[in-house]
Amino acid sequence: MIKCKTSKEIGGMGHSKKRKEDARFIQGKGNYVDDVKLPGMLYMDIVRSPYAYAKIKNIDASKALEIEGVVAVVTGKDLEKYGLHWMPTLMSDTQMVLPTDTVMYQAQEVAAVIATSRYIARDGKEAVRVEYEPMKPLMDPFKALDEEAPVLRVDQEGKTDNHIWHWEVGDKEKTDSVFDNADVVVKQQMHIPRIHVASIETCGCVASYNKVENHLTMYMTTQAPHAIRTVIALVAGHVGLTEEKIRVISPDIGGGFGGKVPVYPGYVIAIAVSFLTGAPIKWIEDRSENLQADSFARDYHITAEMAGTKDGKIQATRFKVLADHGYTDASANPSKFPTGLFSIGTGSYDYGASYMEADAVYTNKPPGGVAYRCSFRVTEAVHAIERVTDMFAKKVGKDPAQLRMENFIKKEDFPWASPTGWSYDSGDYHAGLQKAMDAIGYDDLRKEQIEMRKEGKKFLGIGISTFTEVVGAGPSKDFDILGIKMFDSAEIRVHPTGKAIARFGTKSQGQGHETTYAQIIAEELGIPMENIQIEEGDTDTAPYGLGTYASRSTPTAGAAAAMAARKLRDKAKKIAAHLMEVSEQDLEWEPGKFFVKGAPEKSKTIQEIVFAAYTNHPEGMEGGFEATHYYDPPNLTFPSGAYICVAEVDAETCDIKVRRFVAIDDCGNIINPMIVQGQVHGGLTQGIAPAMYEELIYDESGNILNGTFMDYLVPTAVESPSWETGHTITPAPHHPIGAKGVGESPTVGAPPAIVNAIVDAVSHLGIKHLEIPVTPFKLFKELQKVGYFDNNA
Amino acid sequence: MTKKITLKINGAEHTMEVEPRMLLVHAIRENASLTGTHIGCDTSSCGACTILIDGKSAKSCTVLAVQADGKEIATVEGLATAEGLHPIQEGFHLNHALHCGFCTPGMMMRAIELLEKNPNPTEDEIRWGIAGNLCRCTGYNNIVSAIQWTSAKMQGKELPSTEPKFV
Repeated sequence: MIKCKTSKEIGGMGHSKKRKEDARFIQGKGNYVDDVKLPGMLYMDIVRSPYAYAKIKNIDASKALEIEGVVAVVTGKDLEKYGLHWMPTLMSDTQMVLPTDTVMYQAQEVAAVIATSRYIARDGKEAVRVEYEPMKPLMDPFKALDEEAPVLRVDQEGKTDNHIWHWEVGDKEKTDSVFDNADVVVKQQMHIPRIHVASIETCGCVASYNKVENHLTMYMTTQAPHAIRTVIALVAGHVGLTEEKIRVISPDIGGGFGGKVPVYPGYVIAIAVSFLTGAPIKWIEDRSENLQADSFARDYHITAEMAGTKDGKIQATRFKVLADHGYTDASANPSKFPTGLFSIGTGSYDYGASYMEADAVYTNKPPGGVAYRCSFRVTEAVHAIERVTDMFAKKVGKDPAQLRMENFIKKEDFPWASPTGWSYDSGDYHAGLQKAMDAIGYDDLRKEQIEMRKEGKKFLGIGISTFTEVVGAGPSKDFDILGIKMFDSAEIRVHPTGKAIARFGTKSQGQGHETTYAQIIAEELGIPMENIQIEEGDTDTAPYGLGTYASRSTPTAGAAAAMAARKLRDKAKKIAAHLMEVSEQDLEWEPGKFFVKGAPEKSKTIQEIVFAAYTNHPEGMEGGFEATHYYDPPNLTFPSGAYICVAEVDAETCDIKVRRFVAIDDCGNIINPMIVQGQVHGGLTQGIAPAMYEELIYDESGNILNGTFMDYLVPTAVESPSWETGHTITPAPHHPIGAKGVGESPTVGAPPAIVNAIVDAVSHLGIKHLEIPVTPFKLFKELQKVGYFDNNA
Repeated sequence: MTKKITLKINGAEHTMEVEPRMLLVHAIRENASLTGTHIGCDTSSCGACTILIDGKSAKSCTVLAVQADGKEIATVEGLATAEGLHPIQEGFHLNHALHCGFCTPGMMMRAIELLEKNPNPTEDEIRWGIAGNLCRCTGYNNIVSAIQWTSAKMQGKELPSTEPKFV
């Protein structure tokens, strides 16, 4: 049970309060971007390239313009006149808004049709004739580095290859030396495939420019409204649209998961057209466009190695990555971290040598490198370490749970300095794994596994993943996006009657901020959470912040809420002392009131104190009851988890079923157990998805083979197991409320647990590794390779 | 060319001129201004647009508005009455069966028909019953719980706990 400091009525931390935001969503009164309807609004649809790499010879819009209701067709040449045909990416690369001469991936935006209805816009799109001269696309990232490979980014002056950046971390010499002298080395190449967040709401906007006021209101599906406002000002400042004239409103968002962090060409075209016509422009992409052209996630080719002693002590890891970024690096990483926080890949284990390097390349695939419910490449890193840890256990002949127990960093060794430079804040990895093993009945399963192998109808596999996450970006000394430091903010205003409104620089996309932020403030001030209104997503009213992604909201803005509330509690104490005519030192706080030490009957409630702040405040004190805080975290937070998956493989059909899955998470102190559990359920489902179902597949000609929901397999309720979850609690020592963040942990931790389970099920047949997504057909082919069917025909 | 049709949505008549090609979901969202029904895909795969037509659940992106002329349509906006929320709405709220809320209206409309046809569904029957509706946030555990809770509520049975359960 989680101990709560506040009563259920106050509803501070630890209470499973039902969500405040539900009321509008269950009654169909949410306000998503496609629900925004403005007078005189026009609709935009986008002509897209059927080719992955082609010269544009001609765009003939005449037939489209003949259609009644088609107002305009916009091309790259039109935008070029205003210098708006290219835009910067968040990684300081550049991306076409609309091309003037060449398309670089299939489904790239080629022209925009503006019309009086969405149907007419679609008619216009069909009527635009584009003449292409197709070229042979570069689809294989390994071939992209060949000397004879065509140079894709000829727009970059002096560019002679397709290499984007090289990154490395750790002590190479020391690591190589450990590997050279190790008893045991395991090595595996693996691909973490290209996948898509596929939030159920696609991306879109309504750009509304008011010529008279020279003011832009941008309703937009964005996870980072403030950063977007700044980016728009930087891109469009030269046409007179400066930052105070831009209001970004991020209404209710139907799922984000990282896909709604970047700026997509559609947004920029909509702004440009609204700016030129003065009419509001609505652009809502359809699902196929979303899957085919919006930012992808992952696409890392990793060679992972582990070295250790023959009795199972891990001594070193070495990772080499080739990152396929498509035609531009449009990742959403902090600027100094081109490969995100991949260097967390040393894992939860105590050893001192690691070296990691990565190279990124351009290919003719859509741009991106954003999250898929995982910050900054942690999923890729965790997959690599947890797979090779299992392979190492196998090679030295140890049970994978026992090997992990023997290698974990001990709880008394925190803060722990990782060989790649992190300072892990806290953790109790032994307790987490033990809890997961007890919950699932680990020893009995091992016995059952042997029995089932004897029987031979189904093979049982037990897979473990014990991961360390790194979230809460981040400390301003290291973390910025385009130079903007990654702190976040909270502003609390308490009204005279003791009810409050609080605003944040983050933006919920389903995480339940309206409930959890209210609980943090309730915890600190004792005002019932029901009486605290939370607002986000309007840059005109909310304080500046870098938004919600990378599990950063609780570590940054959540901390800001606590800090702002503490400023108010300090003020409340002064007012209470004044009201009761005692000294501040004589007062003690309990949630909701200050009382006189030794005389608890003499007290003032927070509501009385707030009222006094407006009616009877001490002389010399500033009136009112408001506070703002910008929280710059001293360190990142390091949530962890111990996951165990039990999988069954049909010996004949290779059908794979997840029988049970236990997830024990440690996200530090828990604000709302119900919401944390909900986040874990959802994250686990986005973990089984890439492990078993999802992958964006391209053929050699650059065609996407599964760019719709018909064939891109988002798990339904049938594919999703009934998740079993629990927690251990190791507070973050440096965080004001000891919380760590949780949204992405399960997506990070689940895939290797699932793959480890499937490999474990068939390891006795000679299978050492399986690439994700592990489908029955892929498993069938691997079993075929090791001759399984020869003996069992 | 347009056609005059009348949709009876949640008991109210909406008469409108529509092109024969107009999808029912657009007629509901744009002509009748009932935006609780959402659009999440273009292949009838996601179920965010699920409504009831004459009591049967249908993906309104797969029906033409003219095909629904004169039919009784129920959308999320019609679930709550003067007496309060519909049990399925209560069930989703109390069991934390929604995060971003985008799939929720379609999911609830589907669940209503499911429970009408099968008032006591097993977990498996619920999972297969909502397999035409995608949710990207919740992982479905709590949607299953919400439908089980609603099943009990609609039959006046003892209500399952809505507190989260941990191992």
